[in-house]
Amino acid sequence: MPGPDKETDLTERVEAFLSDLKRGGSGAGPLRGSAETARETTALLRKITAQARWSSAGDLMEIIRKEGRRMTAAQPSETTVGNMIRRVLKIIREEYARSRGSSEEADQQESLHKLLTSGGLCEENFRQHFAPLKANVIEAINELLTELEGTTDNISMQALEHIHSNEVIMTIGRSRTVEAFLRDAARKRKFHVIVAECAPFCQGHEMATNLSKAGIETTVIADAAIFAVMSRVNKVIIGTQTVLANGGLRAVNGTHTLALAAKHHSTPLIVCAPMFKLSPQFPNEEDTFHKFVSPHEVLPFTEGEILSKVNVHCPVFDYVPPELITLFISNIGGHAPSYIYRLMSELYHPEDHEL
Amino acid sequence: MADSGVTDGYEKKGDIERAKSEGKELTKEEKQRLRKEKKQQKKSKEKKDDKVIQESGKETRGDSSAASPPQPSSQSTAQKAPSAVPPPVSVPAPEAPTPADKPAKSKAELKAERRARQEAERASKQSKKGDPGPQGAVSKSKAATNELQPVVKRLPEHIQVDNPDVLKKLAKKLERQQTPGQNSAKKIPLRLDYGYKVSLFSHLHQYSRKAPLTQQLSIPSTVIHPAIVRLGLQYSQGIVAGSNARSVALLHAFKQVIRDYTTPPNEELSRDLVNRLKPYISFLNQCRPLSASMGNAIKYVKKEISNIPSQCKEEEAKHKLLKCIECYIKDKIILAATAIAESSIEKISDGDVILIYGCSSLVNHILCEALEKNRKFRVIVVDSRPRLEGREALRRLVQRGISCTYVLISAVSYILPEVSKVFLGAHALLANGYVMSRVGTSQIALVAKAFNVPVLVCCETYKFCERVQTDSFVSNELDDPDDLIVTRNGHTQLENWQQEPSLGLLNLVYDVTPPDFVDLVITELGMIPCTSVPVVLRVKNVDQ
Repeated sequence: MPGPDKETDLTERVEAFLSDLKRGGSGAGPLRGSAETARETTALLRKITAQARWSSAGDLMEIIRKEGRRMTAAQPSETTVGNMIRRVLKIIREEYARSRGSSEEADQQESLHKLLTSGGLCEENFRQHFAPLKANVIEAINELLTELEGTTDNISMQALEHIHSNEVIMTIGRSRTVEAFLRDAARKRKFHVIVAECAPFCQGHEMATNLSKAGIETTVIADAAIFAVMSRVNKVIIGTQTVLANGGLRAVNGTHTLALAAKHHSTPLIVCAPMFKLSPQFPNEEDTFHKFVSPHEVLPFTEGEILSKVNVHCPVFDYVPPELITLFISNIGGHAPSYIYRLMSELYHPEDHEL
Repeated sequence: MADSGVTDGYEKKGDIERAKSEGKELTKEEKQRLRKEKKQQKKSKEKKDDKVIQESGKETRGDSSAASPPQPSSQSTAQKAPSAVPPPVSVPAPEAPTPADKPAKSKAELKAERRARQEAERASKQSKKGDPGPQGAVSKSKAATNELQPVVKRLPEHIQVDNPDVLKKLAKKLERQQTPGQNSAKKIPLRLDYGYKVSLFSHLHQYSRKAPLTQQLSIPSTVIHPAIVRLGLQYSQGIVAGSNARSVALLHAFKQVIRDYTTPPNEELSRDLVNRLKPYISFLNQCRPLSASMGNAIKYVKKEISNIPSQCKEEEAKHKLLKCIECYIKDKIILAATAIAESSIEKISDGDVILIYGCSSLVNHILCEALEKNRKFRVIVVDSRPRLEGREALRRLVQRGISCTYVLISAVSYILPEVSKVFLGAHALLANGYVMSRVGTSQIALVAKAFNVPVLVCCETYKFCERVQTDSFVSNELDDPDDLIVTRNGHTQLENWQQEPSLGLLNLVYDVTPPDFVDLVITELGMIPCTSVPVVLRVKNVDQ
C-alpha cells in the first residue's frame, strides 16, 4: 500500500536528517553550510506537507511544530532549521487566510486597536478544510526554495556597490557568502583582503586559499594581530551564523574583538547575511547561547599531566552587540541594524517565535 | 677661518703621515686638533647656511669641553658603526684606506677617520636632501641637561630593508667589521630574507627559522666568539626568548667575551674591546633584531668599557667590568622584579580573577610571589597562535599550585566578564606612552577596556626606550611566515602558499598599545601612568 510506505519513508527521512544534524554540530560529520541546512529543512518540510496525513491547516501546523521541536532539539545551535520552520508556518497561515478570502494583511499584526475592540474573538483555530490548500502550500514552499537558492547570488550582486578600488578589506574565518561577495567584486575591482585565521579551527586558511585562487591579494594573519593591523583596514566584511532579533550577531569566536577594533578605528563593519539566518531569538539566554566543543582543540592531549589541573574552554560563538555593526547586506538589500526587528515581523508570525 | 682651516688641514696631513710611518701615538691634544680641523674642512667645503655654521661651532665647543669618553658614547648612541661610504670630498688620502691594509694603525687615526667619514656622510646626505636639518651632536645631553639638544637619529638599518642603498651599506659594514688582519673569507655573512613579504611590511626583514645565520659561517670562525655564535643560534631558533631572558643571556655572553679577551699590543682596552664587540652585535642583530632592553644593556656595557681609565691594568679592568655587568643584572632585573612584585601584590586582593597573556617572566614572578603571601586568586591564561607561549606560563603556574584556566585569544570576549584584573608584561615602553609588547596585547587591552576591567602593565625601567611610535607597522619584527601553517585532520591547507602568487602570510611579533587602554604601569620606581615614561627617562639620564 502506498500510504504506510510513504509514511515510513517519511519518518526515515526525518530520522536521517535529525542524525545528520546531531553529527554535523559536533564537528565529526561533514561540515555543512547554513544554506545547505536551510534547503534541506525546507525540502523536508515540503515532503511532510505532501505526504503526511492532515485535513486542516491546524493539523498541518501541529505536525510541523512537532517535527520542528525535534529538529531544533537535535542541534540547538543550528538556528536556520528553526527559522525555516517558522517561515513555513507563516506560509501556511497566509495560504489559509487567502483561501478564506479575508484581507489578512491587517489581521497579521496585532494592533492595539484590534486588541481593544475585538476582545477574545480573534482566536483562529485553522480548522476549516480547503481542498486547494495543500497545493498552494507546496507551491509557496517551492517559491521559498527558489529564494533560498538565489540568496548568495543576490548578495554578491551588491558587491560592487560597497567595494571601491585599492581597498583593504578584513574578514575573519570562513564564510561562503563573504567569499562569493568578494570574488564577485574582484572581477571588476582590484583590492586587498586580510583574513584572520580564527583559531583553533583555522578556517581562515581555506578562505585565503580560495580568495587567492580567484586572483585577490590575500594575507593571512594570526588572531592576535587583528588590532595591530586594523589601522590600515578600510572595511571589515564578515559573515555570521545567526542574526539575532535585536540586530546583534552570533558569529564565530573572535568576531567581537574584530568588531571592537573596527569601532576603535571607526572602520565600518558590514555583515553579509541572507534572510534565512534571521532568528527571533534574543541574546540573553545564558545557557543556550554559547556552544562549546572539545577543549582538545585548544590544549591537546599531548600536553600531559597539567590537563587534569586546568580548566580549558573552547567556545565556538561570540555575541556582537548591534551598536558595533554598521550595515547588514542581505538578499533583499542593505539595512541598518535598527531595521532588523521590522524584517523579522514580516518573516515570522509572533505566535511562532516559540515553537 | 675657513681658509686657514684648509691650510691647517694640509699641514696636519703631513703630521699624520709622519706619525703613521713612525708608528707613533698622537697625543690627546693633537688628536683633538685633528678632529676639529677635519670638521671645519668638511663644513667649509659644503654650501651651508648660517644655522649649520652655528651648529659646527657648538660641536667644536662641545668637543673641546668634553674629554674623549663622550666620543665613543655618542658613537654608540648613534647605534651604527661608521659606514663604509668613502667621503665624496677630497679628504687627504691617508684617511680613506680600509683598515685591512694597515694592521698596526694607531687607534687615534682610526678614530679620526671614522669621525671624518661620519661627518662626510652626514654632510653628503644633507646636501642630497637639500635641507639643512639639525646637525647637533648626538645626545651629549649628559653634560648639559638644561639644553634640549636636537637629537640626530640615524634610522636603524632593520627598518629600512626596502632601501637598496642601506642594504649595500650594511653589506659593506659587515665586510669591514673584522678584526684587522683576517682575510675576507672569515667575515660575518649577510642574512637573506625569505618568502613573499606583505607589501605593507616591505621595509622590514623576514627571515626563515630553517636557515639560521650560523649555517653561513665558516668553522672555526675567529671573528666571532663561540659564546656569541651559540647565543645567536639560540635567539634565531627561539630557544632564548623573552625580553629579560635575552638581555641576561646577552650579558652573560659578554662576560665570557671579556674573560677571554686579551688586549693586543699598542691598544687600549677601553677602545679595542668596544671595537671587538661591534661585529658581535651586528651578528646578533642579524640573528634576531635587538630588543630595546638589549640595546640599553649594550649601551651600558659600552659606556662602562669606555670609562675604564687607560692606566688600569688588564686584569683589574676585566674584573671591574665583570662586576659592573653583574651589578647591572642584579639591580635592573632581579631586584627590580622583587620591587615590582611587592607593589603589585598590594593590587591583588583575595578572590581576584587575574588574566594574563603569553609568558612574561615578570608577571609569572609576581603571581608566584602573591601566592607565597597567601593571596587567594585564580588565573586565566590567554594564549595565541603561532607561538603558543601561554602554555609555558600555564605549566609554571600549575606547578606552583595556582588554579588556572586556559583559552585562546579569540575566546577572550567570552571569558572577560569573569575577570577582575588584567596583568600584562611589556617588551619596551616608548617615550610617547605606548607600550610595545607581544602581538595581541593591544587586543586584550582593547577588549578589557570595553568590559571596564583594569589593565596593569608591569615593566622594569631598563626597558624604557626613547623611541616613539604610534602604530605597529613602522617598526616591528616579522617572524618566519611558515609558523602559521597548521595541519588539521591530516590536511594542511596552506602547504603550498609560496606557489600562490597572491597569497601572503604575516607573522608579526610585536604590537603597540595606546596609553588610553592602560590604567597603570608598575615599575621599580613606583606605580606610574603610561604618560610618565619620558619623565623617568629624563631623570635616569640626569642620574647617569
